[in-house]
Amino acid sequence: MKKALLLTLIVALFAGVMPTIAQDVFRVAAVAPSATNDLAFSQSMYDALMAIQMQMGEDNFQFDFQDGTFIVDDAAVALREWAASGDYDLVIAHGSQFGSVVEELAAEFPEVSFAWGTDHNTFGLDNVSAYTAAADEGGFVNGVMAGLMTESDVIGVVGPIEVGDAKLYVDGFVAGVGASNPEATVNVVYIQSFSDVPLATEAAETHIANGADILTGTAQMVVGPIAITIENGARWFGTQASQADLAQGAGVGFQVYKWEVVLSDIIANIQAGNLGGQSYELTLANGGLVMEFDG
Amino acid sequence: MNQAAGTRLASWLNRLVDFAPVLIALLLALVVSSVLLVALNVDPLAAFGFMLEGAVGTENATAETLVKATPILFVGIGITIAFRGGMINIGGEGQMIAGALAGTTVALVLGDLRVPAEMAKTPGAFDLIIVTSALIGGFLAGALYGGLAGFLKAYFGVNEILSTIMLNQIAVQMMNFLLNGILLDPAVAGFNNIPKTARLVTAAQLPRLALPLGDPWIFARTRLHWGLIVAIALAIVIYIFLWRTSLGYRIRAVGENERASSYAGIHVKRQMMLSMFLAGGFAGLAGVVQVLGLQYRLQTDGSPAGFTAAAGFNGIVAALFGGLNPIGAIPASAFFGGLLVGAQKMQREIGVPASLITAVNGLIVVFVVSSEIFILQRSKRRVSLQETNTTLNPPDKSGGSDTPLNPPDKSRGRRDSRAQEAG
Amino acid sequence: MGLDDIFTASVFASAIRLATPYIFAALGETFAQRSGVLNLGVDGIMLMGAFGGFYAVHLAQTAGVLAEPLGLLIGVLVALIVGGLMGLAMAFVSVTLKAKQGISGIGVYLFGLGLSELLFQQWVGTPKSVAGFPRISFPILTDIPILGEIFFHHNLLVYVAFALVPLSAFVLNRTTFGLMIRAVGQNPEAADAMGVSVTRVRYATTTIGGMLAGLAGASLSIALINLFQQNLTAGQGFIAVALVYFGGWRPLTVAAGAMLFSFVNALQLQIKVIGADIPSEFAVMAPYVITIIALVFATKRQEQPTALTKPYERGE
Repeated sequence: MKKALLLTLIVALFAGVMPTIAQDVFRVAAVAPSATNDLAFSQSMYDALMAIQMQMGEDNFQFDFQDGTFIVDDAAVALREWAASGDYDLVIAHGSQFGSVVEELAAEFPEVSFAWGTDHNTFGLDNVSAYTAAADEGGFVNGVMAGLMTESDVIGVVGPIEVGDAKLYVDGFVAGVGASNPEATVNVVYIQSFSDVPLATEAAETHIANGADILTGTAQMVVGPIAITIENGARWFGTQASQADLAQGAGVGFQVYKWEVVLSDIIANIQAGNLGGQSYELTLANGGLVMEFDG
Repeated sequence: MNQAAGTRLASWLNRLVDFAPVLIALLLALVVSSVLLVALNVDPLAAFGFMLEGAVGTENATAETLVKATPILFVGIGITIAFRGGMINIGGEGQMIAGALAGTTVALVLGDLRVPAEMAKTPGAFDLIIVTSALIGGFLAGALYGGLAGFLKAYFGVNEILSTIMLNQIAVQMMNFLLNGILLDPAVAGFNNIPKTARLVTAAQLPRLALPLGDPWIFARTRLHWGLIVAIALAIVIYIFLWRTSLGYRIRAVGENERASSYAGIHVKRQMMLSMFLAGGFAGLAGVVQVLGLQYRLQTDGSPAGFTAAAGFNGIVAALFGGLNPIGAIPASAFFGGLLVGAQKMQREIGVPASLITAVNGLIVVFVVSSEIFILQRSKRRVSLQETNTTLNPPDKSGGSDTPLNPPDKSRGRRDSRAQEAG
Repeated sequence: MGLDDIFTASVFASAIRLATPYIFAALGETFAQRSGVLNLGVDGIMLMGAFGGFYAVHLAQTAGVLAEPLGLLIGVLVALIVGGLMGLAMAFVSVTLKAKQGISGIGVYLFGLGLSELLFQQWVGTPKSVAGFPRISFPILTDIPILGEIFFHHNLLVYVAFALVPLSAFVLNRTTFGLMIRAVGQNPEAADAMGVSVTRVRYATTTIGGMLAGLAGASLSIALINLFQQNLTAGQGFIAVALVYFGGWRPLTVAAGAMLFSFVNALQLQIKVIGADIPSEFAVMAPYVITIIALVFATKRQEQPTALTKPYERGE
């Protein structure tokens, strides 16, 4: 009887304690430069955090997300507030323009874990993780397919500015076309903006006028070129997130970023007491880059 | 009530009524944004609460408000000069970029010269020569860029609205080109980064600012920097310049009446160029201070606002809100800084897009300029009262002596009274 | 690569498309400015028109209640109404309340920029496309080599924009209404003395300007791009205001300026597509540089309306 009572007591004690251990929620906060539904870079991170929440359960994983912080200082305010609050296990700065801010904050708050990308640089700090995407890999796959599909042997690319994973993707795409169809011409236009939809749209029109029957592009302004692709009966290859819905059947292949692959590693590390210091990369091999096909 | 007290009370009331339109404009903006929030199913009180908290709720929030206000104040001082000189300068964005490019280059070059490479990583005291040279460089570049628009207007009749809009676009592309080329950080040259310069050495940075009150000092762990003090000091300087020097008077004279100034022997073209030169210079300072005090490197995402945070536009708003008076621009900038920083907090906490605040900012501008008509009526009435009855009329009667709805009777009088009031 | 690779028919067609929103917006602004009102908020009105038009068409098409041409027509109507209302508000502010016009325009711009983004985020969210105005294929004409591609394969709003150019010139120069507009912009006191209501004329022109700015936005969102995104116009409204000065307040030269600007833009895209090795940055800045240079060297300059930006105060 006494034993039973003790047992019940112990069970009750554990029952009382266990949930609080389980309720040790992993909390993440992230900034991203564009909208969470931009069908591009920012959406890829938002989708990844949602995926992790699905995987770990809402009781174990929660996140705050501030989108539209294309102004670096707006991101800096949010990042500092989160870091100083001490409420977050991981603070993510999604955008390579936030590097300077992360470098400064991570040094000032060594007990807070930061992740940022796309970049390799952890600034030699133990509490910074850096992540990149081997966007050239999916670009290559898209390029190979585009090279095989094109009938006019002309393919158009609408890029933003010639940097970051935009450049990686475009370079990979051009190489892919070259591998599968050396006859094909790839015309590349960088419009010098991530967001100028009218100019991106007219760049796509110019590609079509010069004989392109397949288009691709990267950044949030591709929504314009996609519309032109549909209108002219051409085909579209995309990257960063799936644009299949917007492309209404004109889409062929999409390289989708699965940041959750990298984030799970970072989270596991932090839970093991290791705040950072490593650089990660999404690849086709590690499942961080996934090709999705439509039609 | 004795006469002196009555006079004092009346003058207080008068002043209160002067501010009333601005307050009413704010109140209207508050009402409209509440309606919008309710339409979006958001409790307006909660939203405004978070805005307030985000703007001044903590030491860090207050510091960020002032950080945001700093470039807006610089631009606002410049815009004040331009608008007082009759030049509508829409080119703040481009002038900021020009200033930042030049100032950053100066800081990088002098920083390398004075601090050997191996020491660059170790903290060294800030160097007055480097920082001052960079600030001057930024001022001059912005001034030349703004002055170019003034020159085109004075000698080729190119409207400054047109040229400054075009020059904004050109400046962004110049920045993209230089940051991806000769100014690109050698450390990241192979890494496909967002284009950016190398980080400034400590000696080339504007120091952070803390107030020696309490322990640790107030603002010690924030991003507040000395740029704010520079801006406030220059606001006072420009106030004196505009209203206490003959050059300042000539600028304002051209702004108020170009033809009359010309008859009075003022070199109108020179004043036009000068006011644009100074306006551009202050925008240039805004740009270089953002780099020296805050970001420590210049970087671009290809859009102007990515670097300027639209301070080139917000400075116009602040200048206006400050009554086109550099001193008035100080609280006005702080107000808009708080609004912008608070809006971000609101977005973080309850998911209302910060674009709401962009819209509300627009409304505030419209309401404030619209209510100016009432201020002008009052000040004019007061001026005419002083002219006619300097001694006898008890001032406390003036408030109700004529109906406030009377239209002002001519446009010539209103500018004069403005200038008097401000001076 | 030769010159015929650069100056292709498609470049001219591209310039015509690019010019369309500028022409709508700049013609509207011409009316306002000729009567003495500077509306610097064109870009904000364009954004609201673009969103309003897009959203109406989007609703009509997802609900499937309206036949396609009718849905598009309603989109145009909504853009005109939204733009007209904002123009009316601008008129109230600058004519009745006599607010400083350059600055109140900035306010209108910020308002339109913020509100269009807010409503888009709340009501639509992710970019969705609509079936916009289709390209028209004319019998025979479209098949003419070169000319067919340049002139006869555009959507309806493109033709409306270009048709408005001579129409606006006619209204301004040959009708009583146009005479009233010019009188009010040039010498409001005299116009007033002759019994022309300065207030009413300025209200009319500013509202017309707003409607055309709204239409300019819709020409992007339901005819040329067929979707809406935050800050869709990317500052085109400011360029449109600049083009009014550029064109010396005359519809024909304003439109010519829009064509020049757009042509250089189309040309820089074509040059990059065919792979010329010039830095993209310089290509993108070319239209802006050339506009300034063209203005500097323009030999004959039209005087701006004397009363531009000056509120009218009645009586002496």
